Amino acid sequence: MGTIEQLHARLSARFPDAALTVVLNPGPAAQHSLLVPATQARAIAEFLRDDPELQLDTCSNVTGIDWPEREITETVRRTVTEPLPADAPPGTAPAAKVVEEKVRRVVPGHLEVVYHLYSVARGHGPVILRLRTVDRGDQVALPSLTPVWRACEFQEREVFDLFGVVFTGHPDLRRLLMWDEFRDHPMRKDYVEPDDYEWEPTPHDRILTQAQRHYPAPPAGSGESAPR
Amino acid sequence: MNPAAPTPEPAPAPAAAAPAISEAERAELRRQGILLTSIEELYNWGRSNSVWPLQFGLACCAIEMIAASMARFDIARFGSEVFRPSPRQADLLIVSGTVTKKMAPQVVRLWNQMPEPKYCIAMGACAISGGPFKQGYNVLKGIDRYIPVDLYLPGCPPRPEALLHGLMELQAKIRTQPLTGPAAPPHLRPGADGGECVIPDFGPHDLEPPHDSARWQPPRLIRTE
Repeated sequence: MGTIEQLHARLSARFPDAALTVVLNPGPAAQHSLLVPATQARAIAEFLRDDPELQLDTCSNVTGIDWPEREITETVRRTVTEPLPADAPPGTAPAAKVVEEKVRRVVPGHLEVVYHLYSVARGHGPVILRLRTVDRGDQVALPSLTPVWRACEFQEREVFDLFGVVFTGHPDLRRLLMWDEFRDHPMRKDYVEPDDYEWEPTPHDRILTQAQRHYPAPPAGSGESAPR
Repeated sequence: MNPAAPTPEPAPAPAAAAPAISEAERAELRRQGILLTSIEELYNWGRSNSVWPLQFGLACCAIEMIAASMARFDIARFGSEVFRPSPRQADLLIVSGTVTKKMAPQVVRLWNQMPEPKYCIAMGACAISGGPFKQGYNVLKGIDRYIPVDLYLPGCPPRPEALLHGLMELQAKIRTQPLTGPAAPPHLRPGADGGECVIPDFGPHDLEPPHDSARWQPPRLIRTE
């Protein structure tokens, strides 16, 4: 099947107007993935399935990732030209200097859906596709790949349920794990679960703050011991 | 008895003041061929040895429950082999496994459909408290938030021996249940109604109500120094 770069080159030749990006995985697994624009995801998926060399006939896994809005600091190198001193001889070139600057940049939040594709016919894989939504608010629609791989049906329903990605073209987009009346998306990072804490013997971390709220420490000097 | 010489009828002693017969005396009588028992004892002996569980499993604990009903562990030795497929015919609800919030209304509805006298075993850590999923978003933190539990059976999952032990403990509990008075089972108390448990509704964020306040309150922390 070749490397991800070869696949990228092949797809770029076949879909010249699609902005495909290789997302490298620096870890030891080295499972690099291909970021696919949502507008052409369906056509690319059909190509991957039907191409005689690839024949990616199986979608084994669909999962979601929530990327909240985050601020990153980047070091940017910039060349600045210093203004010439007034007494410089005419014809002197202005001195150029490389300056390193720290730039803060806000990466807007978005949701991502990851597909793992295999070829049973040719015995290779996985090819990993990523699809990104525009944001985490209203524009969370992505094309469904269930018409291409039927195995995606329940997994896309799960991603819809837990992350809130709306798959257009899905034949039966209902919640899978939570009940239909449920309004939240529990796997999002900003999900707030209902506060039904009850006493636990050894609370720690997040549970400890809950414990302190539900069972507040007695006022100092009252002679009572504080909860651990 | 000679009818010509009627003996005066002895005044009936109040039931509470009746002299209790000791176990040794009863054994002595049994050796002489006299079987002495009470209705209460006979009745409880009968129903404690025919506890029919509901054929209902939720998670991995159900596998252990099934194993307990098979030949190796053989729950039939205790008269509980008839797993009823209908709650109308069952005496015992074994909540065997994780109760998700989506499943909780159905479990409570099954309990409501069972006739009195009925008993509930919360089998395994999940049914008792939510277990390893206690801090998750979709698991009920203990079935006792909605239905009265007679016996908590810890383990993750409890082995079939533990379930058999739990069943024996439940039988012991049934045998000591009085048939009269306020501690009698609801079906023997005139006018008493076991009452239906509150079936929770699916809310937008959680079950509504999140627990039956009449049956369950979060534990209070009492500090002593």
